[in-house]
Amino acid sequence: MNPQLTQDGRLRHLLTLDGLPRATLMEILDTAESFMDVGEREVKKVPLLRGKSIFNLFFEPSTRTRTTFEIAAKRLSADVVNLNIATSSQTKGEAILDTVDNLAAMHADMFIVRHSQSGAAHFIARHVAPHISVVNAGDGRHAHPTQGLLDMFTIRRFKGAFHNLTVGIVGDVLHSRVARSQIHALTTLGVPEVRVIAPKTLLPAGVEQMGVKVFHNLDAGLAGCDVVIMLRLQNERMKGARLPSAQEYFKFFGLTSEKLALAKPDAIVMHPGPMNRGVEIDSEVADGPQSVILPQVTYGIAVRMAVMALLAGGTAA
Amino acid sequence: MAELTEAGCRAFTQADAPMTDNQVLLRAMEYASTFGLSLWLRPQDVSLAHGGVAHDGAVASRLGLPGIPALAETVALATILQLARETGARVHLARLSTSEGLAMVRAAKAQGLAVTCDVASPHVHLSENDLISFDSHLHLVPPLRSLRDRDAIREALRDGTIDALCSDHTPVDEDVKQVPFGESAPGASGVELLLPLTLKWAREMDVPLMQAIGLISWKPAQILGVPAGTLAVGGWADLCVFDEAAEWIVGPRTLTSQGNNTPFLNHLMLGRVHYTLIDGHIDFEAPHSP
Ligand SMILES: NC(=O)OP(=O)(O)O
Repeated sequence: MNPQLTQDGRLRHLLTLDGLPRATLMEILDTAESFMDVGEREVKKVPLLRGKSIFNLFFEPSTRTRTTFEIAAKRLSADVVNLNIATSSQTKGEAILDTVDNLAAMHADMFIVRHSQSGAAHFIARHVAPHISVVNAGDGRHAHPTQGLLDMFTIRRFKGAFHNLTVGIVGDVLHSRVARSQIHALTTLGVPEVRVIAPKTLLPAGVEQMGVKVFHNLDAGLAGCDVVIMLRLQNERMKGARLPSAQEYFKFFGLTSEKLALAKPDAIVMHPGPMNRGVEIDSEVADGPQSVILPQVTYGIAVRMAVMALLAGGTAA
Repeated sequence: MAELTEAGCRAFTQADAPMTDNQVLLRAMEYASTFGLSLWLRPQDVSLAHGGVAHDGAVASRLGLPGIPALAETVALATILQLARETGARVHLARLSTSEGLAMVRAAKAQGLAVTCDVASPHVHLSENDLISFDSHLHLVPPLRSLRDRDAIREALRDGTIDALCSDHTPVDEDVKQVPFGESAPGASGVELLLPLTLKWAREMDVPLMQAIGLISWKPAQILGVPAGTLAVGGWADLCVFDEAAEWIVGPRTLTSQGNNTPFLNHLMLGRVHYTLIDGHIDFEAPHSP
């Protein structure tokens, strides 16, 4: 049923965190923890994926995700090939499968895929040969599982546990694959209160059914939060009549030091990047003492190493 | 319009091209009602449906698929029904998909409006819940809606609010389905599944066979004003001979249509046509018919 697990419950692909068991999430986080010191060694490499070919297949731009996947793969001693296929109207599905077939013919072992369409990673995973794993690096509005995992890793590092937390996710949940992956991970890991805080135009229909509490007022939503996650607001949103202006959005939903003071005093502030300073977050907060935005990026390496190592361990060496 | 009617045209429609101009719609209804002609309309508000590929509900939200709200249907329907009330035009509403939309039609009929409606057979059996694997064969227009909507359709077929059940046969090339869901062309091949899907609904809802068959024979004929779909002395000998218990699996080998784009691929069907007779002559004979 779950296309990303083998019959004996091991990771076959990583497409979404929706439906992944708690034990699998914990295994990834624990494995990532064991890789944390590799980056500090003189020789920043372990030979786990020696001889494996990993293809970064990005149909959409990326800075953090693509780069940290590359670093992570190299630290595992894999061969990495980067393909940045610019998004254009010609990038049609048939071209996707053709591209995938051609790369598979070059003996690819793993595809790291980013695409503008929700479900693109599922689509490719359904198509590839059994020995190839697919990792979703962001598909449309659907999922960004390694981002969700590195966010959980960050929360665990700073907060120690999940069972006693209140987490607020602020902003454009509607268009955010990051938010969806975070919500699935947080609820699976036992966070008792996950809040989404946004105007109605930026929340998907029936979002409560994902196990979150809905707030339309930032002050009320931030009160008592241990973790505040800000989402990027894309400028296109002003065109679709979802918001009157960026200024108005910042006034009512932007995170300033003043607003952050409403959360718990030791609350951490997260953002997946890329940030729009002055739109969803004030620079004073982004660069302030409660911000863990840069550690998030660093942890992304260990988490992606863990995902790739577990996927490769699940296939014949 | 009247000239086309003289040439044999039965109704007027924009097919699935969107109706964007209410002034044109009003005039079309006024003119049609002048001659007692009927309009076939697909109620879907273009701007509310814009950019959407799936029912705007919990499943699309989870999958990150842009939604088409039920409002896209009910807002268009409210406009059509109001104009029909005003002009007295006869309107057939094609491919309804929502519980609220069916309630509006039920109320309009109770008020004596000259409206009829149909639904497509996939919507009788499937819902948004079936989208979870992102299978582009489930990308349909209107979108597969909630289980509540699906159940309302099943009930409205029984109580007669829905006058006809249709296949909405939309074969598309497999190439335009072998892409991510949101980029795929909508539509499903369906004409060969209309009978078994109708029988399946009737079995599941305990509806008598004759009532079920009416939805795909004499009732649509009546909407079209064609004297067909009945067996009568002196009537047309247009017949379909089928075995309601014949089992078969949907697949490229068992479908005659070149359109294999069906959400029911590999599903077991009960009921298969053996012969089709037109004017008393066998026009179609299924392979291995008795
Ligand atoms: N967080 C994230 O996905 O960033 P990139 O788009 O730079 O990869």
